[in-house]
Amino acid sequence: MHNKSVAELSRELESGKISSVELTRQFLDRLKQEDGKYNSFITITEEQALAEAKAADEMRAAGKATAWTGVPFAHKDIFCTNGVRTTCGSKMLENFVPPYDATVTARFRQAGAVCLGKTNMDEFAMGSSNESSYFGAVTNPWGLSSGQKRVPGGSSGGSAAAVAARLVPAATATDTGGSIRQPAALCGVTGLKPTYGRVSRYGMIAFASSLDQGGTIARSAEDNALMLNVMAGFDPKDSTSIDREVPDYTATLNEPLKGLKIGLPKEYFTDQLSPAMEEQVRNAVKEYEKLGATVKEVSLPNAKLAIAAYYVIAPAEASANLSRFDGVRYGYRCEDPKDLMDMYTRTRAEGFGAEVKRRILVGTYALSHGYYDAYYLKAQKVRRLIQQDFANAFKEVDVLMSPTSPSPAFIQGEKTNDPVTMYLEDIFTIAINLAGLPAMSVPAGFVDGLPVGLQIIGDYFAEARLLNAAHQFQQVTDWHQREPK
Amino acid sequence: MQWDIVIGLEIHVQLATKTKIFSGSSTAYGAEPNTQANAVDLAMPGTLPVPNENAFRYAVMFGLAVNAEIGRRSMFERKNYFYPDLPKGYQTTQLEQPIVGPGYVDVDLANGETKRVRIHHAHLEEDAGKSLHEDYHGMSGIDLNRAGTPLIEVVTEPDMNSAEEAVAFAKKLHSLVTSLGICDGDMSQGSMRFDVNISLKPKGSDQLGTRTETKNLNSFRFMEQAIAHEVERQMDILEDGGRIIQETRLYNGDRDESRSMRTKEEANDYRYFPCPDLLPVVIDDDFIEDARSRLPELPDARKARFKEQYGLNDYDAGLLSGDAKLAAFFEEAAAHGKDAKLAANWIQGEFSARLKAEDKSVAESPITGAQLGDLVVRIADNTVSSAGAKKVFEALWTGENDNVDAIIDAKGLKQVSDTGALEAMVDEVLAGMPDQVAQYQNEEDPKKRKKMLGGFMGPLMKASKGQGNPKLFNEILVKKLGG
Amino acid sequence: MSISREDIEKVAVLARIKVDDEQVSALEKDLGNILDLVDQLSAADTDSVEPMAHPLDAVQRLRPDEVTETNQREAFQAIAPATEDGLYLVPKVIE
Repeated sequence: MHNKSVAELSRELESGKISSVELTRQFLDRLKQEDGKYNSFITITEEQALAEAKAADEMRAAGKATAWTGVPFAHKDIFCTNGVRTTCGSKMLENFVPPYDATVTARFRQAGAVCLGKTNMDEFAMGSSNESSYFGAVTNPWGLSSGQKRVPGGSSGGSAAAVAARLVPAATATDTGGSIRQPAALCGVTGLKPTYGRVSRYGMIAFASSLDQGGTIARSAEDNALMLNVMAGFDPKDSTSIDREVPDYTATLNEPLKGLKIGLPKEYFTDQLSPAMEEQVRNAVKEYEKLGATVKEVSLPNAKLAIAAYYVIAPAEASANLSRFDGVRYGYRCEDPKDLMDMYTRTRAEGFGAEVKRRILVGTYALSHGYYDAYYLKAQKVRRLIQQDFANAFKEVDVLMSPTSPSPAFIQGEKTNDPVTMYLEDIFTIAINLAGLPAMSVPAGFVDGLPVGLQIIGDYFAEARLLNAAHQFQQVTDWHQREPK
Repeated sequence: MQWDIVIGLEIHVQLATKTKIFSGSSTAYGAEPNTQANAVDLAMPGTLPVPNENAFRYAVMFGLAVNAEIGRRSMFERKNYFYPDLPKGYQTTQLEQPIVGPGYVDVDLANGETKRVRIHHAHLEEDAGKSLHEDYHGMSGIDLNRAGTPLIEVVTEPDMNSAEEAVAFAKKLHSLVTSLGICDGDMSQGSMRFDVNISLKPKGSDQLGTRTETKNLNSFRFMEQAIAHEVERQMDILEDGGRIIQETRLYNGDRDESRSMRTKEEANDYRYFPCPDLLPVVIDDDFIEDARSRLPELPDARKARFKEQYGLNDYDAGLLSGDAKLAAFFEEAAAHGKDAKLAANWIQGEFSARLKAEDKSVAESPITGAQLGDLVVRIADNTVSSAGAKKVFEALWTGENDNVDAIIDAKGLKQVSDTGALEAMVDEVLAGMPDQVAQYQNEEDPKKRKKMLGGFMGPLMKASKGQGNPKLFNEILVKKLGG
Repeated sequence: MSISREDIEKVAVLARIKVDDEQVSALEKDLGNILDLVDQLSAADTDSVEPMAHPLDAVQRLRPDEVTETNQREAFQAIAPATEDGLYLVPKVIE
């Protein structure tokens, strides 16, 4: 069963061949047995999962089943889950059990899905390798057979690794600068970051509010579509949520791609990319040509500034978003504070890890008196330029394609000593967040036995088109079905 | 040396919305600690703000009432600082594009002049919670019920030049927001709080001096005292050749002293930036016209009407029109009592004194305008004497009885004004006091004679069981005693 | 652009994060490198460009002024570090 897709599991349950309780037990047993190798979960919620499975079976018996009723999956540990601890990968929230659900959590609950637990992640979603988690690094299922422990990417590394290792068929994720797409690429699975505002951010612990977007990781585009069907939609609790009709994302998966206009941003095919990676990406594009798409080169002249703009805007927003972790109302508080200042400074020094502190300090500096214009305001102007580049490109083409990451999964510890080297992991993904566009990463080959991701970028609210393009590709390739040994 | 005083005010006005500015929690005052603080108010992880429509409506109404430009596109910024009563670690406020732009308020001064005080802007923001300083084993307690209550912060230009002007402006503003119904105006509960910026400059100089800010004054009296205190402090320093330090000061009204708040140099870097959880708020013509249609009669218009409609003088009209609730009370009393001037006197006399003595607001008054009006009718038609009227008022106030005529009957306060009956009583009393009558008639000094008349009044009131009309008794006495 | 130890200490106080001398040295290098990366921005010509705070050109929705929340103090304070009589306790607040 563990190799089946969400769509297949849904059919199995519908046919009555297996109950959700049985299915859930199988997945839980496998999860408990296997995850020691990957550390992809922070919390496994066995009891709740079985209760949810039982409720799902009853829901089905009552004739109220949805495509998700009884299907197991997992949440990234950034989504608040009522009654289940939600850590965001941080010591700060090690024992935090929210008495409320994120909107995304509530939607899956309502659909009758069975949550097996909370997946590991970089602390407060800050990282590209899942090594900044307080709960330990996650190991990529790929490359393990060669005896090397490689990173799964980040920050949604736990979700990507869990899906790649067949521990769950699907997992929620979030993407602020590439945190869905890069781990999906490094783990050989399919991930979608929707348009900013498409999925509610309520109850999704904020990193950088104007960039964060909840999304999906699963093995196939079809399963991503099934997930988005549950997650997408207007939420009155999120002021930045968009009130716009949600299509059935599975309905258009089989549209032919003939006439699809693909743009290849020349700035994304430079010497930052290894020839082997480039070859895989170009091969994938050739598959699209075979499917009837046309390809042309486009330019995103300001794309090279994206990392710089991002590392002002994201830390600046984060520096304020993370001020609420002060030891007063919830979460970690240091032992025996001698006064108020001591409580704040030690709580935050002890509760946050090194990367989170670095970003808070950078953000604080960028917003502080005398630097605001040079950093923050300037970054916001560059952000506009980047958005305009994309707008111009989408006048000429329907989708853009590029590699998702500059290199395949690297060995744990390889980049932890230099934050800037780590930041460059997101060189092809970050601009998309600044513009707020939707994008996917789709498995597109291997280099040295490690998965390579193809990034497909769409115009605002073009999720259905992206899923369609990814699905059609997956009808003629089997990269997404390869299983790590 | 002679000094000019320069005063600007920042006023925090709590808006009388049902819910908080960014959440659906109740803003009702006086609830058990932290029972009106939900996930958003507590800044629980992942929670997000959604602004309250009425907060904007009230802010726009205020803007219209102070002749201000309305911010058609307004934004929220985050003001970053750590404090236990500030759950998010930042206050969501408006900096670059406030909802209310420049405007003005005309203030009538005691000397009859009118002073125009310019409003620099007014912006929407959220209130903080409260730190309770009583001792919890050496700790402080935090109550976040107030956190997220909508405020408008009104910032004036430094247009006031004395404590009197500042207080007159503050009272005018109080009168405006209560008349608009956008604030309950209850200063003892912190519904309006004043920060006063004060500087001195040599008389006639156009160079502004260094200013200090005295924070969180919550009564007009403290505000007046604090200004007087700070002006004197600055004057002493300047006349000794010293320099004023730009600082924030706290005034202790009970001791009439002030001290500098700990200067937190670093704390002044608030790192404002646009709040990414909120989008620009666009106020369109419909919204403004809707707000305009909700504007009630404002104090200036009401004052003019009171003069015109009730024949009140400027002073009385000013006093009675300022507070919306007092004005309504007066109008009710005047409608029932027919004699508006007499109603006005009673409201400013007995009624106001009693409210003050019991520290009650007009809304908390145990008697209604209609009851006071009924009493005024009975005073005007001579049914009760003013001494008797006070007894009726007392009975109404204590709730002994709620009907004026019933009280007059029950207490036997009806005046006897039947001249025949009164004359008979005078004859009888005078007959029993021959010596005093002779003494009176032999006295030539009219002043002494007048005084001696009082000697007959006691026995007369006794004879009439206190119900004789004293004015008529007096007239009859004079006539009978021969001038 | 480099960042001084003094700047780091100042920023750490603003951010309420305790840093010891050793950490300041490490941060001096790391933050210096990050700021070097960020300094690429200065090369961009942004003279006539409007700053962009948000990806979508949308307008704020306003919520009706209706009470939707009930008292959940017990649930919230069950996860608090220190409470008494319904209050959150913190080291003494001095104004």
